[in-house]
Amino acid sequence: MDAKEIIARRVALEVRDGMLVNLGIGLPSMVANYLTPEVDVFFQAENGVIGLGSRPPEGMEDPELTDAGGAFVTAVPGAASIDSAMSFGLIRGGHLDMTVLGGLQVDARGYLANWMVPGRMVPGMGGAMDLVAGARRVIVAMLHTARGTPKIVPECSLPLTAVRRVSLIVTELAVIEPTDAGLMLRETGPGVTVDEVRDATAAELVIAGDVPEMLLAGVPPGPPA
Amino acid sequence: MIPEGAILHIGGFMGVGSPHRLIDALVERGVGGFTVVANDTAMPGTGIGKMISAGMVARAIVSHIGLNPETQAKMIAGEIEVELVPQGTLVERIRAAGVGLGGVLTATGIGTLVEEGKQVVELDGRRYLLETPIRADFALIAASRADYKGNLEYHLTAHNFNPIMAMAADVVIAEPKEILPVGAIPPDAVKTPATLVDHLLERAH
Repeated sequence: MDAKEIIARRVALEVRDGMLVNLGIGLPSMVANYLTPEVDVFFQAENGVIGLGSRPPEGMEDPELTDAGGAFVTAVPGAASIDSAMSFGLIRGGHLDMTVLGGLQVDARGYLANWMVPGRMVPGMGGAMDLVAGARRVIVAMLHTARGTPKIVPECSLPLTAVRRVSLIVTELAVIEPTDAGLMLRETGPGVTVDEVRDATAAELVIAGDVPEMLLAGVPPGPPA
Repeated sequence: MIPEGAILHIGGFMGVGSPHRLIDALVERGVGGFTVVANDTAMPGTGIGKMISAGMVARAIVSHIGLNPETQAKMIAGEIEVELVPQGTLVERIRAAGVGLGGVLTATGIGTLVEEGKQVVELDGRRYLLETPIRADFALIAASRADYKGNLEYHLTAHNFNPIMAMAADVVIAEPKEILPVGAIPPDAVKTPATLVDHLLERAH
């Protein structure tokens, strides 16, 4: 199983029945593939749909039904189409239960940077700042390092997306919860030791007692077959 | 009708729900120097992306330019001034202009680069940015169907900024896919009442 699948399967366990969830484009959008059938949720795409469905079969695309990445999608039965003011009203107004976003850096305070690299990548923040400032739970789903460079750092050097402590950081190596006491190492990745997580993390990790290995949606617990 | 240097609200999200025929007509006419207020600048060859390629945009107030490398290149070269605004803040600034509010208080952007140069207001222990309204000379919007009075209906994710922009410009030009007899759109389905719309241009088929 590759790193991104591990992350998506672990994040899928955070999604609870009845939630309104916004998945970012790229890796976060993979989370939808690993939900168990008994979990009934609405996915929001901030460009204006509640009840985002899977990709349409070829030839069945509606050019006016896309996700926030511009990809063709479907709407599930019970979906609603909304304008951008309603969409961001839901986000800022506390109606969005969870957002899952990618990250460039997360720091010891739990602050996320994910929208620009000065001088190199200036795509604009799109909806990211509203999502991080407004969602009830913010989950960062990202690879633990960028080509060996730690992304979990003492203080973000990249411009922040918000000064809000994110709820959880999920990588292929660890599940980390930012708290008042610091970054708590809650779980390790499959076959990963605590020391390996520490070595790949630039920020200080708080370790309390035994750290269990992460469970993954759709994968029975135990050593890999 | 649209003069050089006008401020334009243009609907659409990566080209979905953009008034493509109006954009093509503007590009063909070759006027420019516009300030474009929109969610994004789409992609080269699509929607607002065509206006970027044609060098008609002097200033863009948008939330995202990531899928249009031309906008980024022109921004770096100093040919286009780009103001990046969080998407939810952008739509509320436009809405404020349309509904007669003097501004909007939002926690989005506090403690980030977006805060620079803005007034911070503290209420009940929470900090907010004071974001100002954005009004336009013209709103160029897309709709799914109109009637001949100008009542508008929208389809799926082609709503986006269109109904909001319809309230926030001096002149509103709507581009529906079809124009129907008055009464064909039931009142409950109308999302932009006719009184807001000045001109209709049916999308070419």
